[in-house]
Amino acid sequence: MRALPSREQPNDRATLACADRAGAVALVFAGRLDAAGIARLWSPAVKAASGAKGRPLLFDLSAVSVCDTAGATLLVAAEDAHGAPATLVGAAETLASLLARVRQALPHPTKPQRAAGLGSPFRLLLAGFAAAANGIAFLGETVVAIILAPRRLRMLRADDILVVADQAGVRAMPLIVILGFLIGLILAFQSAIPLQTFGAVIFVANLVAIGLFRELGPLLAAVILSGRTASAFAAEIGTMKVNEEVDALSTMGLDPMTMLVLPRLFAAVLVMPMLTIGLELAGLVGMAVVLHLFGYPLGVVIRQVQQAATVGDFVGGLVKALCFAAVVAAIGCSRGLSTGRGPRAVGISTTAAVVGGIVATILLDGAFALIFYRLGL
Amino acid sequence: MILGGSGCGKSTLMKQLIGLLPPNSGTIEVLGHDIVRERASVLPSIGVMFQSGALFGSMTLLENVMLPLEIYTRLAPPARASVARTKLGLVGLGESADLLPAEISGGMAKRAGIARALALDPPLLFLDEPGAGLDPITSAGLDKLILELREALGVTFVVVTHELSSIMTIADRCIMLDRDAQGLIAEGRPDRLKAESANPIVHAFFHREVL
Repeated sequence: MRALPSREQPNDRATLACADRAGAVALVFAGRLDAAGIARLWSPAVKAASGAKGRPLLFDLSAVSVCDTAGATLLVAAEDAHGAPATLVGAAETLASLLARVRQALPHPTKPQRAAGLGSPFRLLLAGFAAAANGIAFLGETVVAIILAPRRLRMLRADDILVVADQAGVRAMPLIVILGFLIGLILAFQSAIPLQTFGAVIFVANLVAIGLFRELGPLLAAVILSGRTASAFAAEIGTMKVNEEVDALSTMGLDPMTMLVLPRLFAAVLVMPMLTIGLELAGLVGMAVVLHLFGYPLGVVIRQVQQAATVGDFVGGLVKALCFAAVVAAIGCSRGLSTGRGPRAVGISTTAAVVGGIVATILLDGAFALIFYRLGL
Repeated sequence: MILGGSGCGKSTLMKQLIGLLPPNSGTIEVLGHDIVRERASVLPSIGVMFQSGALFGSMTLLENVMLPLEIYTRLAPPARASVARTKLGLVGLGESADLLPAEISGGMAKRAGIARALALDPPLLFLDEPGAGLDPITSAGLDKLILELREALGVTFVVVTHELSSIMTIADRCIMLDRDAQGLIAEGRPDRLKAESANPIVHAFFHREVL
């Protein structure tokens, strides 16, 4: 049985000794100069060779049993530290030839190059501008695609819209209902305890209903759309980009914006009201359960909600939800289309889609708060 | 060299030789050791280049080559980097060490795959379809590199391929598999197989004929 070239054999250990030989510094190597053996020798060999600057350097390799490219790299590193080629003593022809090849292969040490040009805050600023420019360009392309959609109806496949609507809407509904119910339950319970002190538990219905209709319903539905759907959009389109499927569409004269982006955008906008209403209703049910436990009959709770929340609250929330859906879906598609090359690129796009979607939703929500305030809504 | 048409089991055989798939029956010995039972101890002594190069996309070429050195040796990081740069230099990628796999061509990815396979100076290297998907010039360059590495480092290459030009250039010994025969149908030097084989499949393979 042939012995495996083991990492280190005790009787064939790599060793190094330094000696003075007729004015030259001799590094006397012995044993196996392979990746396992040289680990211990690297630092002393380089240090000894560096200390020999100005004097001739000599490698005595007569006792070396094996030298592979790792060992040869050590010898070249020592030569580099010394600053001049060493004289070989006792080197087998194969070893000398390997050393010559490694000398040729190893790039000469160069000073680390500083990245030319701009400092990091400036780069960040530039990256920010580039991202904003890309966003504006994507928005423009989307608007153009929507305007031209009636002329490209054959590219806009209804099946795609329904499939995406099913994935983003119907299949997300159980999650939406569970989360909505739990949020209504928790919100009602947390607010009922302090309000109980003032005998005002019934006003929990006002708080939860208005909170859900105006803010939490659209916001949470958009966050779920971001995490569940925009990430899927980015991953799907990103994978198509990596596999050059997007290029294939373009070369067939098919517009990727119309074929890939519009169906997802339409589907997201289509299902978002359903998701928002689902979340709001589930939240109200959760709130009703808590109020029932505090002794309020269902009829009283429903009347309280009817008095507290207006149609304007409900419709305003839905309008916000529609805008959130369009932005979240657009960011998911845009991230997918800007996917780079390589296996990491899809992951990066997916993360960017989720983060971008959530951040954009919250910024947009802030903008809506200002607009609604100015309009007195 | 392991030859044969598409679907004859070349890659499956290679996967068995490197311990990724167990044999249906019998044992496979690599460097005199059972690859299934002693896989962990055999692995550092073999290198494998997969068809696509299989470089880790999140790492630069240098980091890809440094990875086996990090796991199997106690070399300090600067020494690891020097050794890895040597391997990249040997395959002609010394100047591309800091690039990511996404930034290089298919031929460069294959050469980087060979550099990573060479990281621990294994005596045995397995290459899966090294010339697949490459233009004839790049493919010929890869064949030349294999011959040079074999001469310089004394490495034995086991190459899976069906590219005739590569077979005739670099093979010392070939085995040919066939799907219908479900196994080996020929063995020997490529020039002899081409000139003397009476097997119609082998003849058709080497003379690019339709059966």
